[in-house]
Amino acid sequence: MHELSVVQSLIGLIEQNAIQNNANSVSKVIVKIGKLSGIEPHLLKLAFDSFKEGTICQNAELEMIIQDVVAKCENCQKEFEIKDNSFVCPNCKSFNLQVIDGEDMYLMSLELDVGV
Amino acid sequence: MCKDCGCSITDNHSHHHEEHHHHHNHGNPTLEDKKTVEVITKILDANDKQAESNRKHFDEHGVFAVNLMSSPGAGKTALLEKTIEMLNDELKIGVIEGDLETNRDAERIKQKGAPAYQITTGQACHLDAFMVHDGIHHMPLEELDIVFVENVGNLVCPASYDIGTHLNVVLLSVPEGDDKPAKYPVMFRSADLLLITKVDLIDYFDFNIEKAIEETRKLNPKVDVMIISTKDENSLKNWIDFIKMKSSLRKVRT
Ligand SMILES: Nc1nc2c(ncn2[C@@H]2O[C@H](COP(=O)(O)OP(=O)(O)O)[C@@H](O)[C@H]2O)c(=O)[nH]1
Ligand SMILES: [Mg+2]
Ligand SMILES: [Zn+2]
Ligand SMILES: [Zn+2]
Repeated sequence: MHELSVVQSLIGLIEQNAIQNNANSVSKVIVKIGKLSGIEPHLLKLAFDSFKEGTICQNAELEMIIQDVVAKCENCQKEFEIKDNSFVCPNCKSFNLQVIDGEDMYLMSLELDVGV
Repeated sequence: MCKDCGCSITDNHSHHHEEHHHHHNHGNPTLEDKKTVEVITKILDANDKQAESNRKHFDEHGVFAVNLMSSPGAGKTALLEKTIEMLNDELKIGVIEGDLETNRDAERIKQKGAPAYQITTGQACHLDAFMVHDGIHHMPLEELDIVFVENVGNLVCPASYDIGTHLNVVLLSVPEGDDKPAKYPVMFRSADLLLITKVDLIDYFDFNIEKAIEETRKLNPKVDVMIISTKDENSLKNWIDFIKMKSSLRKVRT
């Protein structure tokens, strides 16, 4: 499972942002995990909680937004949720879809403790 | 400059919006304060940038790069051996080996006369763009037309990582069963080409080819499909023609 490597990338990205903002520590991390990102949210949380020790995220709470898969039909322009992993437009049956969310993992925002 | 190797590829440094945040202390006597910052960046952002840089490495040399993914044992190395044999010096192939199931894979490729580099990833369950970048610098790109990356045998993790190739090929072997596309949607969605392999064994397994294709296309309507066996060179003709054609399309220069 690659949850641990994802957490390593996540903490690297957080450290970069914390330094830019002169933060001393991070108290909250909000991520968005797509349902088709290939990651198991509960494993990600376990990996985060074990890997954060000794990093700037030591006292951080991880909040996960689980994102449904959302697509837009290029044919009829409707937006809809992909259910059952069926990538066809429920409105016009077109296969010409653009997936607009739910396939990636994002670091959304951070709550930082900054020295005054 | 690519800072690891001094090659002429410019590094894709992330352009972070400098947030000059001046923190004002509105008469609050506490020495710690909380601040919320929006980031909205892909967690694998650094990997994706390295992947873009890898693609530039390939493009600079007109090399067509292919990512081969499958379960362990689906036939990736056997297909590569056969491909090198059948192209018979018409096109020069290099192989970056990431499959850890057998560390003999790179040796198998070298025996066929092609340069191969074994990535040593320890226990990694996938290749990322940084590992492949290391592999690229062990390939004589200027002499090559095609680089195949044999990914780690695994239907889950490799699908999450762009490694900077041009084409994702996913192999599904007959003995694995036709239910795999539905069980591993992220992997089968990532495929540009699905190869149903070991079709010489079809009589011994309850593998419904139509169902496998249908379930893959439900997830991934635009995927191309070929049905092959490394025991039958006729079944590989389309594959060889396809590889030749794709390689020629990467050499077009403006
Ligand atoms: N019958 C049959 N066996 C195959 C075929 N392709 C590969 N194999 C066998 O499957 C096993 C695993 O193949 P290998 O190429 O090492 O799989 P990899 O782990 O995906 O690289 C080997 O024993 C191969 O000889 C095929 O088309 N038909
Ligand atoms: Mg192999
Ligand atoms: Zn894994
Ligand atoms: Zn539609």
